[in-house]
Amino acid sequence: MAGEARDLKLKIDNVRKVFHTRSGEMVALNGVSLDIYENEFICVVGPSGCGKSTLLNIIAGLTDATSGAVYCNGKAVTGTGTDRGVVFQQYALFPWLTVKKNVMFALEMKGIKGKQAQELAMQYLAKVDLEKFADHYPKELSGGMKQRVAIARAYAADPEVLLMDEPFGALDAQTRTQLQSELLETWERDRKTCFFITHDVDEAIILSQRVVIMSARPGRIKDIIDIDIPYPRTQETKMTPRFLELKNRIWSQVYQEYLEVRK
Amino acid sequence: METKKKKSLASRIPARVWLLISFAVAMGVWYLLSIIPQTSRGFPNVVVTIEGLITMIQRGAFWQDLSSSLISVFGGYALGFVIALPVAILMAWYLPVRNILNPWIQFIRNIPPLAYVPLIVIVSGVGRRPQIIVITIACFLTMCVTIYQGVVNVDETLIKAARVLGAKDRDIFVRVIAPATLPFILTAVRLGASVALTTLIAAESTGAEAGLGMRIRALASLYESAPMLAYVIVIGIIGITLDNIIKLLERKLTGWQEKREI
Ligand SMILES: Nc1ncnc2c1ncn2[C@@H]1O[C@H](COP(=O)(O)OP(=O)(O)OP(=O)(O)O)[C@@H](O)[C@H]1O
Ligand SMILES: [Mg+2]
Repeated sequence: MAGEARDLKLKIDNVRKVFHTRSGEMVALNGVSLDIYENEFICVVGPSGCGKSTLLNIIAGLTDATSGAVYCNGKAVTGTGTDRGVVFQQYALFPWLTVKKNVMFALEMKGIKGKQAQELAMQYLAKVDLEKFADHYPKELSGGMKQRVAIARAYAADPEVLLMDEPFGALDAQTRTQLQSELLETWERDRKTCFFITHDVDEAIILSQRVVIMSARPGRIKDIIDIDIPYPRTQETKMTPRFLELKNRIWSQVYQEYLEVRK
Repeated sequence: METKKKKSLASRIPARVWLLISFAVAMGVWYLLSIIPQTSRGFPNVVVTIEGLITMIQRGAFWQDLSSSLISVFGGYALGFVIALPVAILMAWYLPVRNILNPWIQFIRNIPPLAYVPLIVIVSGVGRRPQIIVITIACFLTMCVTIYQGVVNVDETLIKAARVLGAKDRDIFVRVIAPATLPFILTAVRLGASVALTTLIAAESTGAEAGLGMRIRALASLYESAPMLAYVIVIGIIGITLDNIIKLLERKLTGWQEKREI
């Protein structure tokens, strides 16, 4: 891919993360470097515990790297910032706020208040097809609907980069493919830079332009695979020979890592 | 099968009717207690008990006792809450505060208030002050522990979610930690109310001039069981009324919660 022709959005530069635990030092990430370009959709796969979430937290500014650095638009990341939005696996909706107010929270943090915030919130909810549930509380929604609200809220903050940590991991297979399709459509429209963590190789291929395979102990990047399947993609894309070929290639590498971890 | 059928029959009876049934059963038990020779001395029947209460009202004692007790209960309760809230938050946020205070809160919480009442009387003299101090201490201990649990258990992901949306420390406190802790605060308020009442009797053993607890002791020494029983029931009524008011508040304020039973 002609990366040099595009703007560098995120630069992960030789990141190392060590956790100090009761049983001693634990190297969660070591020598992780990765360039992510504007409008790019990147998926990260790897066995459980290889440091995917840790890496995402460092990019988001929720955790500090032990050494190395992350740059967003050329500026070193030192904490959270509204240029980077996060969607969590456990939705992280505020249970005491209605769906609409959850989305408004993001707007209000940007200084948009009152009527304008309400109208904008409804627009973002319309994008995920949930206007009808604007006045419901999160507890009244299904998992898929909750995650849609979380995505709408992340979009409402209008970040330049969207970081997603297994956002569909807790959903059933059907809801999952549904939300994949919706996310694909949205991304094909606005091409917001996405950093997306998943366990699901199919999901990684169908969504992204590059799949980053990580290995564990310590977590590092094992391989990066270009997904040269043209957009628009649909669920049918999963049946094409090229998809299956890529799937085999990625899966065999990921599987090796799973075996490594089990040892 | 059998039990299922029975259950469905019982569950078809509305809650209000159950309340009536329950009330009728209690009155039945009370009546039995009042005619069984072994228990009748302590449990005069309904009519005698109500007469006992009326006598107390006519003597001018009842309203004085009631207001005196309520002043102590609410005074101590409010003070306990006002102290517990910031202390609990400080305990949750600052490790040194937690490590120094927590063991002693646990220690004192397990001592029955009646045991340390004399010490407080020695320090603060008799009258209203020791009563309020005792209730304050008991309420503070219970509420502090409960609110502390709430602040500590705020879901970390919610704080992270707020932070990545651009929330500053102040937003996080006001818009995340406060509402997330509210259910625990209301639980604390409810537990505190019941502690305040149970401590009342101990508090009024400090040579109070009036008060429901004090009067019960006084009547006990005269074997006047009718007004005594009436007073006991009045304390029960105050307790259950407070409990229901707070529960109503909980339903109104924290209806957004997923089912949680305490
Ligand atoms: N706060 C922490 N303190 C100590 N160790 C931690 C902490 N957070 C993560 N770790 C450790 O770092 C390693 C990487 O964790 P991380 O959550 O990043 O993995 P992951 O790849 O996201 O796993 P999963 O796929 O299960 O979500 C794990 O071994 C984990 O135990
Ligand atoms: Mg993870």
